[in-house]
Amino acid sequence: MSLTRHNDAQGRLWQGLSLRQKQVVWAWAFLAVPILFYGLIRFYPTVEAFVISTTRWNLMTPPAFVGLANFERLLTDPVFWKVFANTFLYLVIGTPLSLILSFVIAYHLDRVRFMHGFIRALYFLPFLTTAAAMAWVWRWFYQPVPIGLFNNLLAGLGIPQQPFLRSTTQALPAVLAPAIWAGLGFQVVIFLAGLRAIPTTYYEAARIDGLPDLAILRRITLPLLKPTIIFLVVFSSIGFLRIFDQVYNMTSQTSSDPGGPLNATKPLVLMIYQTAFSSFEMGYAAAQTVVLFLVLLCVSLLQLRLLRDR
Amino acid sequence: MSAIASPLSGRTGPGRILAWLLLFGGGLLMVTPLAFMFATSLKDSSEIYDLAFFPAHPTLENYVTVLSDGRFLRWFANSFGIAAVVTLSNVFFDSLVGYTLAKFQFRGRYLVFIAILSTLMIPTEMLVIPWYVMAKNFGWLDSYWGIMFPGLMTAFGTFLMKQFFETVPNDFLEAARVDGLNEFAIFWRIAMPLVTPALSALAIFTFLGNWTAFIWPLIVTTSKELYTLPVGLTSFAVEAQVQWELIMTGAALATLPTLTVFLVLQRYIVRGVVLAGLKG
Repeated sequence: MSLTRHNDAQGRLWQGLSLRQKQVVWAWAFLAVPILFYGLIRFYPTVEAFVISTTRWNLMTPPAFVGLANFERLLTDPVFWKVFANTFLYLVIGTPLSLILSFVIAYHLDRVRFMHGFIRALYFLPFLTTAAAMAWVWRWFYQPVPIGLFNNLLAGLGIPQQPFLRSTTQALPAVLAPAIWAGLGFQVVIFLAGLRAIPTTYYEAARIDGLPDLAILRRITLPLLKPTIIFLVVFSSIGFLRIFDQVYNMTSQTSSDPGGPLNATKPLVLMIYQTAFSSFEMGYAAAQTVVLFLVLLCVSLLQLRLLRDR
Repeated sequence: MSAIASPLSGRTGPGRILAWLLLFGGGLLMVTPLAFMFATSLKDSSEIYDLAFFPAHPTLENYVTVLSDGRFLRWFANSFGIAAVVTLSNVFFDSLVGYTLAKFQFRGRYLVFIAILSTLMIPTEMLVIPWYVMAKNFGWLDSYWGIMFPGLMTAFGTFLMKQFFETVPNDFLEAARVDGLNEFAIFWRIAMPLVTPALSALAIFTFLGNWTAFIWPLIVTTSKELYTLPVGLTSFAVEAQVQWELIMTGAALATLPTLTVFLVLQRYIVRGVVLAGLKG
């Protein structure tokens, strides 16, 4: 009985609201669970990460506040600087190489009618694979003879065997190759969409003016593709700065710890993973995540800047 | 170079044919690792050292070996279930929030939008340590819920859906309102069907992303029964170190579902990538 009366009262209250007020109530009702989610699973942990970065904490004993000691330790940690350099190597080799390759492919593929969809699918397929699975396929390719494909090919050509993943100088490019390979198809598809969006009238006008192809490319295609290029530069930079799956799977067991040999392939995210979940130095690991955050923030801000200059 | 590159030269010609052949060859090179993976998964262990691409005696023995110990089927089911639940959650909540932000007028709307969007700036790697601590405190470590909870909603999906709901004409919603439908019914029965292309793009992306997700499931799970396929494959490959034909079989099993889905839904997936890429 009382429940009915309660409902009636609620009903009257609801009826008394204007259409506009009802909408506001609906809106906040729709947002209630998501706001709780974002608060608890995104914002609180973000603050928490900064807080943890100022502590020494192994999860067993209560965290001890140490101020900026973790960041000072980072500055003097040779492994960190090696890892930092590796991460930038992934970035500065991976991004331009994958972008140039994918642009050249998309630029030519755009003109192909015969089997266009099929060829595009060939380039796109690696994008749909699992990095962890493909890392093992490539790892197999890099094995010494008689197992490894690459060394067998080299042997066939009379070229000496290469250590690939076992070498401190070759391992990083060897890990990077499958990462570029896997992402290429995505970039080709995005470039193709960008090329399609350029109105053909520009090209027709250029042809009437008798512009050579290279000039058309430089003065029409590339400038009009700028938003696409900026998007892909940022997207792929962030991808290479966060590289993990490939490295973890291709270098585990080659030495005692992944990221080897001698930290030659270790990126920042792998160092974070090991510091936190192998050594359980939560504070030190959180400080490393703060560094990653700052680097990614710079990349994002640079993007905003470039887009504004458009 | 310029002969090949020419966008406006004649339809055919030696340059064009050469360009086509290079593109085609490049494409074949791209799928070579996948082809080798599948070919090797069909070889028996004695053939692994001879480098003929095609197995002399194709056999499904490796698949029987890998699938018969049951772990792969379990990991497969885990990955599928987790990706499916997370996808449903994202499709529902990202749309609901995107719709509310696109179609309702209320104070604080812009603030909510900016707050959600700002989470795109925060790399997941920064959150995994607090998430781990949270999961430990709440007893979520090593559970399905523990694997799923961080991904139930995403700012990217919300942003994508908001952009699309903005293209839905208000007249449709007003007409439904006049007919006496409540706001949730308007969202669910009128607005949602109008953005099906965006919903399928979001669903495909979320599913693929969760199917291949590696670092968080690796951190949060310790029992092998709870591993997702990528994490399970890693542990399997480490223990099967020298048996490359079995590792290739496992890798093939992890790859087959996404490739099959792609071959069936190729058109939608490519369009979805473009949609998401350009909107993102």
